[in-house]
Amino acid sequence: MPATIIETNPQAHTPLPRVPVDPITLDLIENGLVAAREQMDALLFRTAMSPIIRDQRDGFPVITSRDGKLLAGQFGSPVHGFTERYDGTIEEGDIFLTSDPYECDGAISHANDWLVCMPVFKNGRLINWSAMFGHMADIGGKVPGSIPTDSEQIFEEGICIPPVKIFSKGVLQEEILRVILHNCRIPEWNRGDFHSIVAACRMAASRCVEMAERFGEAVYVSALHDLLDRNRRAMQKLISETITEEKRYFEDYICDDGMGMGPYKIACSLWREGERIVFDFGDTDPQSVGAINFLLSEQMFRMFCGQFMINFFDPQILLNDGFFDLVDVRIPEGCLLKPLKPAALSSRTHALARIFDVLSGLLGQSNPDYMCAAGFSDSPHLMYSGYDKDGDWFLLFQIGFGGIPGKPGGDGPDGHSLWPKFMNVPNEFIESYFPVRIECYETIPDSGGPGLHRGGNAMNVGYRFLAPGVVSIHDDRWLTYPWGVRGGLPGGRSTKIIERTDGRRELLPSKCDRVRVEVGDKLLFKTWGGGGWGNPLERPAHTVATDVDRGLVTREGAKRYGVVLRDDLSVDEPATTVLRAELARQRGPAELFDFGGDIAELKARCKQETGFDPPQPPTFAAWVRARQGQTQVVSHVNGRQPVSASTEAEYTGGIPLPEPRAK
Amino acid sequence: MMSYRLGVDVGGTFTDCLLIDEERGSAVTAKVLSTPADPSVGVLNGITLVCERAGANARDIAHVLHGTTVATNAILTGSGARVGLVTTQGYRQVLQIARSFVPGALSGWVLYNKSEPLAALECTVEVSERISATGEIVDPLDEAQARQALRSLRARQIEALTISLINAYANGTHEQRLRALAAEELPGLPVSLSSEVIPEMQEYERTITTVANSYVRPVVETYVRNIRTELAQTMRDPKLHILRSDGGLASAQAAGHYPVNLLMSGPAGGVSGAIWVAGQAGYQNLLTFDMGGTSTDVALVQEGKAQLRRETTVGDVTVRASSVDVRSVGAGGGSIAHVPELTAALRVGPHSAGADPGPACYGKGGDEPTVTDANLVLGYLPAATRLGGEMVLDLTAAEQAVGTVARGLGMSVKQAAAGIVDIVNEKMFSALRLISVQQGIDPRDYALTAFGGAGPLHANALARLLGAWPVIIPRGPGVLCAYGDATTRLRNETSRTLLRPFSQLETADVITVCDELAQAAARALDAENVPRADQTTSFEVDVRYHGQGTLLTLELGRQELQHGGLAAVGERFDRLHEQLYTFALNSGRELVNIRAVVQGTATTVTPYRAEPGDGNPARAAMGEQPVFLNNTDRPAVVYDRARLCAQDVIRGPAIVMEMDSTSLILSGHIGRVDAYGNILITPEA
Repeated sequence: MPATIIETNPQAHTPLPRVPVDPITLDLIENGLVAAREQMDALLFRTAMSPIIRDQRDGFPVITSRDGKLLAGQFGSPVHGFTERYDGTIEEGDIFLTSDPYECDGAISHANDWLVCMPVFKNGRLINWSAMFGHMADIGGKVPGSIPTDSEQIFEEGICIPPVKIFSKGVLQEEILRVILHNCRIPEWNRGDFHSIVAACRMAASRCVEMAERFGEAVYVSALHDLLDRNRRAMQKLISETITEEKRYFEDYICDDGMGMGPYKIACSLWREGERIVFDFGDTDPQSVGAINFLLSEQMFRMFCGQFMINFFDPQILLNDGFFDLVDVRIPEGCLLKPLKPAALSSRTHALARIFDVLSGLLGQSNPDYMCAAGFSDSPHLMYSGYDKDGDWFLLFQIGFGGIPGKPGGDGPDGHSLWPKFMNVPNEFIESYFPVRIECYETIPDSGGPGLHRGGNAMNVGYRFLAPGVVSIHDDRWLTYPWGVRGGLPGGRSTKIIERTDGRRELLPSKCDRVRVEVGDKLLFKTWGGGGWGNPLERPAHTVATDVDRGLVTREGAKRYGVVLRDDLSVDEPATTVLRAELARQRGPAELFDFGGDIAELKARCKQETGFDPPQPPTFAAWVRARQGQTQVVSHVNGRQPVSASTEAEYTGGIPLPEPRAK
Repeated sequence: MMSYRLGVDVGGTFTDCLLIDEERGSAVTAKVLSTPADPSVGVLNGITLVCERAGANARDIAHVLHGTTVATNAILTGSGARVGLVTTQGYRQVLQIARSFVPGALSGWVLYNKSEPLAALECTVEVSERISATGEIVDPLDEAQARQALRSLRARQIEALTISLINAYANGTHEQRLRALAAEELPGLPVSLSSEVIPEMQEYERTITTVANSYVRPVVETYVRNIRTELAQTMRDPKLHILRSDGGLASAQAAGHYPVNLLMSGPAGGVSGAIWVAGQAGYQNLLTFDMGGTSTDVALVQEGKAQLRRETTVGDVTVRASSVDVRSVGAGGGSIAHVPELTAALRVGPHSAGADPGPACYGKGGDEPTVTDANLVLGYLPAATRLGGEMVLDLTAAEQAVGTVARGLGMSVKQAAAGIVDIVNEKMFSALRLISVQQGIDPRDYALTAFGGAGPLHANALARLLGAWPVIIPRGPGVLCAYGDATTRLRNETSRTLLRPFSQLETADVITVCDELAQAAARALDAENVPRADQTTSFEVDVRYHGQGTLLTLELGRQELQHGGLAAVGERFDRLHEQLYTFALNSGRELVNIRAVVQGTATTVTPYRAEPGDGNPARAAMGEQPVFLNNTDRPAVVYDRARLCAQDVIRGPAIVMEMDSTSLILSGHIGRVDAYGNILITPEA
């Protein structure tokens, strides 16, 4: 049953009249919403407790209209899904909390994200909603950090909060909060972060009320409608001018599910029908029996798509819901992107981010302006927990960074974040709060895909552990490559190596939990690079020489650009000319995409290149296949074996690995 | 014997000098054209003129106080030194990675091209050593390897060296040893150590700050040396002091060694001057509003003290250095308005026409409409204005430029111009809200002090948005900065990172640390021959809840500590946190940094007094001018500010012109000239 909204103003049920708004007022209100959203971020990042929100900035604000249409924000409006499912009253002073992705149409995608929704009232009339979610470092469950790689149901992934009224008429419902916090390993972080999120929502609410006051309620609310219309017109034009009616298809992969099966296919077709475009994910693999499922909200996908497109044309626009009817998103139920409860979701970060590669691969085929290489489409996690020397339990949660793709405008930065506002946690901060020393924090030469515009390099972070504990890792792109485009080559893949104190070097799979580490063990956490953009043989030779001088590309790696350097790193022009001609002949005319080989080839080379056996083809639950109308029925949980680690072959990510530095 | 104090402000167009008779406190001003090629020429011209006016002998000038933008400009124009950087092994790319931050929204990376780091990666070397977070030596410095690394920089033609090692904030011995090695391997290079420039946690921030210090150091040292040489020609070895970003004064030597503290010297002069001028007019709580050609700076002043911030941003470089908390928005007179075809929205900025070609009305080849063009079209800036005393404005060019926007919006040219002004005002309003409402401060309790070339044109409209009255428009913006330079105090600060929970700290230990820091800070003033009796010491602590990233800075009284102990400080922190962020927590508080600030005495200056008048400004009227307000043209009287007298009452709409700025008084508002020549604008009763 949908929620009942209680408005004390007797006129509230008569909608405010739609009045004309002059264009300047419209822009003023748009600016006001932009500022409110930025201030929500600023307030959250300043006051949050956990490094994951504070520094890595895993928190996202939203402001919507009265009926839940998103006005400001980047992740789609949660209001509709939530009000449909919340069975109770919504009154002034109420604030809601949920962490169940299945209860808000995937506005959040795993239970670590706590979503706070706040109705904004003025004179007893609902005028807006403000909402924000933030990633909690731990919510209990079977592993520290609450993101098990091997869960099969969401119930294994910590406490899952249904939509609840956490403030009732302005009063905090302490007992609910106490129940929730009691289930978390570091409740003081959750409490602090929760209060920060609430404060941010309240701040946005007061900005909305002030604007309604300043411009008049009718003008303000009419302006919100006008802003929605303006977005629709802009996107309509953009869609008709940059997307063809011809059907385009693109597929990309999640390498494995942490249980020895993979790769999983994310496939999408795109075409335009008149003024509307259709994204059809019909060929995507069914939902996994493991945790790599990603509940993709259609709203959120529309937002990703709009943001990606409009960035090139009016980056100052405040993107909103107005254009949503122009984008038809078709995701079949029971597929990897629309799993059914209680499917596990804790490793959803890979598919969430891979969506951006898919989007750019699809849109890029329609319009070269959009054509970027594949990049660091993930937020790999490292969790290290244990007891420090004082016997206090600690949990270090790190998000990794990597190479930004080569793109039409230039090189991808090295070791950066594809996510907006994210930052690394300063290593000196980590070393003073956790029993670990970070011995290297650098990018990996040659890991950026060669291109006219080079892909950014991957990161190599070396953690020396100073207390016994356990480590969890979430990463991907160890098997498939971050692909290059328009002649650009793929970037390097990811690897994880543990050096034990006795000199043994062990490869770790890209997804694992409860890896025991002892004092003195060192983990080299290597992420992946961005793909290259354009023909690397056309990159100015002196630019390549500079990259080598800076240690971002090796002398050997320069040859992939067809550049030969002398001992003093000056360009050997004659040798370069010869090599470039030879490579041009060998490589032939450039394909639009360079995936570094198809899946069969990658699997055939897997053991030799990565040290790991190739993953088994995924098997899916019988009922999922049946539901999708497929005849092939495969038995449940078959062929699931742990990936065996090898110490013989050093996985090089497809590129020569520099010698380990002498300590 | 006569003794004088000289304040000098070098602006883009004018150089202003303020000569203060130290005995009587009387002041004389002079304004001359700036000489950008060699600023010291303009300075000398100004000194000659101001001495002539005061009947003073330049040889009697004992102190020269100077705000400078040379450090700022070196960063903005990328013309600083080629810096070599030494890091701990494994951290060579600390600036290349730059905390992995990509600006902009989701997918913002598609447009982001990262600028080159301030110290080139090829000029960065690693040394083998390691210090732990608690300052213990894990691996000793490998001196042979370090020498080799330093030697490898010889071929790189570096002009300054930064040494920034991991955890050096906790133990600087390896950095110090490397400085000694560098003196042998790379003799003659200025060396900056992170453990000296900014001994605080966070490797990227400490490194970029120290590198920025090296980057501007040669240019600042040269500039200071030149000024001293020039001054020595006409004066008897005056003491030269440079205004720091935090509004205090540094000796010329300290300025040369730690120039990263000067990046906001220019804006700090404006804020300091505004504090002084508004103080004369009887206002201690201010929002300052300095609108220039490309950007607008705003700052909060409480009880006559500028709010400080532990961070300074210039261009796309942000460093850890205390500065007056000036928030900049990329909105100024030169901001370009445009209407993207796709959305048909009116956008103003962030691109700016700068000074060259400048706004369309400058007639220097610019054809894009700017905020200045809009002001001209609206009549706010009379066409008869001579910018900088000579430049004629081209109204037709302005109308044509604004016309392009008007067509895109389907409006009249004047309506579009009014839209441009509204949008730019809104951006500045956001910045002013950030330092007031967003910090729990009600702007209605504050006066708005406007300066900069364009500030007085927009201030009345902004005050209306904020409810901050009166608007105070001091005489001449350049003079204001010179007042700021001349009236601030000698200042030095020292800091230490403690990083301990309150629960593990004894009040007595904190007092000991305070005293040590105070002794260290006092030495710089001792060296300036400031007697201890004339030095005042204050303390600051940076506090947060354990686990938080951001710090709140609290002033700390030694007495408060002795009586109330740390508990009292903690309660004050909770209250401030609640005021700023609407909530306080009961989790552990943590003391991160302690600072001691030692200041010299303030200078007494007798303010300028305007001629008394009879309340009627008619004598200053120069003519009438139509101004476009509320969608209609209305006649406004144009006044010559030089002929306004104290107690004059000006009814809006009106325009007041002076050599380097123009003020607009809106209809329904009144401008009163106070005893000191300031114009105070308030709504008509």
